[in-house]
Amino acid sequence: MRRSIPVVAATLGLALTLAACSGSSGETTDDASESSAANAGTLTVWVDDTRSGPVKEVATAFEEEKGVTVKLVQKDFGDIRDDFISQAPTGQGPDVIVGAHDWLGKLVQNGVVAPIELGDKAEDFLPVSTQAMSYEGTLYGLPYSVENIALVKNKDLVPDATPTTFDELVAQAKATGTQYSVLIQQDEKTGDPYHMYPLQTSFGAPVFGTDADGAYDAAQLAMDSDGGRAFAAYVAKLGAEGVLNTSLSGDVAKEAFINGQAPYMITGPWNVGDFVSAGINVGIEKVPSAGGQPSQPFVGVQGFFISAKSKNALLANEFVVNYLGTKDVQLAMYEAGGRAPALQSALDEIGDDAIVGGFAEVGKDGVPMPSIPAMDTVWADWGATEVALVNQQGDPAALWDQMTASISGKIAAS
Amino acid sequence: MTDTSTRPDRTDAPAPPPPPGSPRPTGSWWSRQDLTRGFWVKTVLVALVDALGVYGILAAGALGQWGIVAFLVVALVVVNVVYFSKRMLPAKYLVPGLIFLLVYQVFVVLYTGFTAFTNYGDGHNSTQADAVEAILVQNEVRLPDSPTYPLTVVVNGDELGFAVVDGEGDAELGTAEEPLEPVDATLENGRVASVDGWETLQFAQVLERQDEIFALRVPISDDPNDGSVRTPDGSTGYVYVSTMEWDEAAGTITNTTTGQVYTADEEQGAFVASDGSQLGTGWKVFVGFDNFTRVFTDSTLAGPFVGVLLWTFAFAILSVVLTFGLGLFMAIVLNHPKVRGRKIYRSLLIVPYAFPAFLTALVWQGMLNRDFGFVNATLLGGASIPWLTDPWLAKISVLVVNLWLGFPYMFLICTGALQSIPNEIYEAGKIDGAKPLRLFRSLTMPLLLVSTAPLLISSFAFNFNNFNVVYLLTEGGPDDLSAPVDVGATDILITFVYRLAFGGVNRQYGLACAVSILIFLIVASISAATFSKTRALEDLH
Repeated sequence: MRRSIPVVAATLGLALTLAACSGSSGETTDDASESSAANAGTLTVWVDDTRSGPVKEVATAFEEEKGVTVKLVQKDFGDIRDDFISQAPTGQGPDVIVGAHDWLGKLVQNGVVAPIELGDKAEDFLPVSTQAMSYEGTLYGLPYSVENIALVKNKDLVPDATPTTFDELVAQAKATGTQYSVLIQQDEKTGDPYHMYPLQTSFGAPVFGTDADGAYDAAQLAMDSDGGRAFAAYVAKLGAEGVLNTSLSGDVAKEAFINGQAPYMITGPWNVGDFVSAGINVGIEKVPSAGGQPSQPFVGVQGFFISAKSKNALLANEFVVNYLGTKDVQLAMYEAGGRAPALQSALDEIGDDAIVGGFAEVGKDGVPMPSIPAMDTVWADWGATEVALVNQQGDPAALWDQMTASISGKIAAS
Repeated sequence: MTDTSTRPDRTDAPAPPPPPGSPRPTGSWWSRQDLTRGFWVKTVLVALVDALGVYGILAAGALGQWGIVAFLVVALVVVNVVYFSKRMLPAKYLVPGLIFLLVYQVFVVLYTGFTAFTNYGDGHNSTQADAVEAILVQNEVRLPDSPTYPLTVVVNGDELGFAVVDGEGDAELGTAEEPLEPVDATLENGRVASVDGWETLQFAQVLERQDEIFALRVPISDDPNDGSVRTPDGSTGYVYVSTMEWDEAAGTITNTTTGQVYTADEEQGAFVASDGSQLGTGWKVFVGFDNFTRVFTDSTLAGPFVGVLLWTFAFAILSVVLTFGLGLFMAIVLNHPKVRGRKIYRSLLIVPYAFPAFLTALVWQGMLNRDFGFVNATLLGGASIPWLTDPWLAKISVLVVNLWLGFPYMFLICTGALQSIPNEIYEAGKIDGAKPLRLFRSLTMPLLLVSTAPLLISSFAFNFNNFNVVYLLTEGGPDDLSAPVDVGATDILITFVYRLAFGGVNRQYGLACAVSILIFLIVASISAATFSKTRALEDLH
């Protein structure tokens, strides 16, 4: 009898297991039939903390009108792209995610994002926003906000008009006698090519050239040009003059501007709220050209993507295109997040907001940040080289050529 | 003594309650359980585990994850058998640990090993079927300048159809088989409300069959090249044409506009044309030892690899030597009975150890900033020393910060080891006429190393892979701008691999796994070799 203890236990375990199995299989079929009904009405949406509020409001309205459920999952913005790429193929991923347009290259390459069709509504959005949300000519995301940097001016320090060239701007700023002239934030190690880009484009040296359709072409590294080398020399000059300093991190620069230690700063709308609450009389302007051509900041577009593996594709499209794409929603998202809406009519409505309007005006001349996968190889060399230029660590043209050769090599090797 | 004398009485006499584990002739399983408090606690705990496990089984089963279901079932059976059995005493202690070992170690190791032999990464993310689907979807484009149709989904028996209103305001109806044809229908608000012989689907009904409706393509004419109507949202229809065609039998994808044929290449996991061009989306395949050989044969990797390897050894060895040296020094100083306030000093020395390492690294990063950092601005009176941006100073900074982070640990273990060395042997040494230095060299160090050497080896292994300090302090930089890959002066192997695998155009999980395995082999062989050396130390005892 004593021998039988393990037998009894095993039998019990087996019975439990069988019960569990039958339970689970029974449950599964239940679930399956239920889930086709429930699933058909449950949309999973990944949002980050700043977007969850406004999306929740929209989702509630959508739920009431359509009799469906929208499940919002709040995630860290930085994790959404990679988690989505790894989870979508398993079929367990979300139906809709919020994201930035420069993720598109990776999302398309991994086959996890589905194209969307805005139909006639496409014309209602800012051209730069739909252009940014397109990859190889196909639209993949619904744009909801547009973001870019501009020249922010402390109008109390310089009442005069902003000059039209960057050299004059620096001279005017230095004449005010403040500690800094034009603040452009940098990182000690990785530089900040993003905040330097308006200057770079004014030398006619964008990162990539474009093909016939206007899409960025990884094979044309347009930085590798005389304009690029002239920009390199100009960065070295600004570094020597002390306008640029690689120790001026974003925090340091922001604090200096709030303390009135500089009349100008090249920055984005995310900092301006703090400037206004610090009582600074700010003006938003275009960055004056340094190299003679128009200065174009990168435009970042945020929006919603639909999973290629969504089991609720129809519902997801209905939600994204016909709900999130409407003026009211775009306005609600603007009020909650402070990002300029991508829908023209919504933008017109808030046109009297000088700051958002000012940034949007500058953004009209901007270019979408490239979303092609090759862009990921550019940043490291680009930033490190700009650091070397600012710190006078070699001949500018030679450093620049070394950088473009290195980037071309990495792109070719991929 | 009374203890031993009572023991025979107990086993012989049938005195209730009998001690656990003693043989009993009869009774059911239930009656043989000791209904003590311990039994009830055990039952409740195991019941909780079972409940959790059954929940996990149901959840995993609902998602079709049969591997997880099987594992949970086996684990639950094992847990119940082990804890309700009277035997298997060692297993009772080992089972929780073994299960966690399986989940957190063995599975991860196996999965890493498995991935190292695949090309898993960006562009090789899933199966071939998924890749085909993605390519087809991405290349189905809306016909330029085609109209937008207000669309109604209708059904006849089991057959789905689209009823649309064309540009002239006339209703047309078609199905997957039948192209759009004019039809008599009732219109409301510019869209079809009802068609004779067809039932109009409401939004909720559309949702129930959304997979079919989303996949439905209604050709607009007999010629398939004219395109077909599909609806992304169930209420609007657009005309699409597909530029890619998938031939499953031949395993080829043909671009219908250029005529280019892409053949599925199972070795690369991609669709490759005869001219060598590839379609962007591929799939995951086994690539054998490719990832391993690449590290040694790829000239862009092999060059920086040697330099990085040397610095990794230098970093790991110096880190151990410096932290151990400082920790030992502090331990000896604070072990001296004449030092006053030893407890306070000892507590203070633990402070760097008590802060999270990543926080410390970030704070140090700020303090070492060239122009605004505390070190330059305050301690050095406004100097501008490029602590983190000069290749050699950055190396020194990383070592110093790691010293700050690591010496309290060494201090702790040295203090413990020192206190366990009996005082008599020092007295014996003194009687033999040994000077303090000689005592330290011949008595303290050997006795100390017996207990600390294994910890030094593990510290070496840890620092060999000390990603946090390097990445948070310098991100491996300052970068070598002339190198063909992203590599910096302070990059150790693990940060180099991280940049290699995740910093380039495509993230390459397969390559990253392969190099991690190589790193493991290096660390494991060094550790094994040193461990065998330390046995010599133990002979001292």
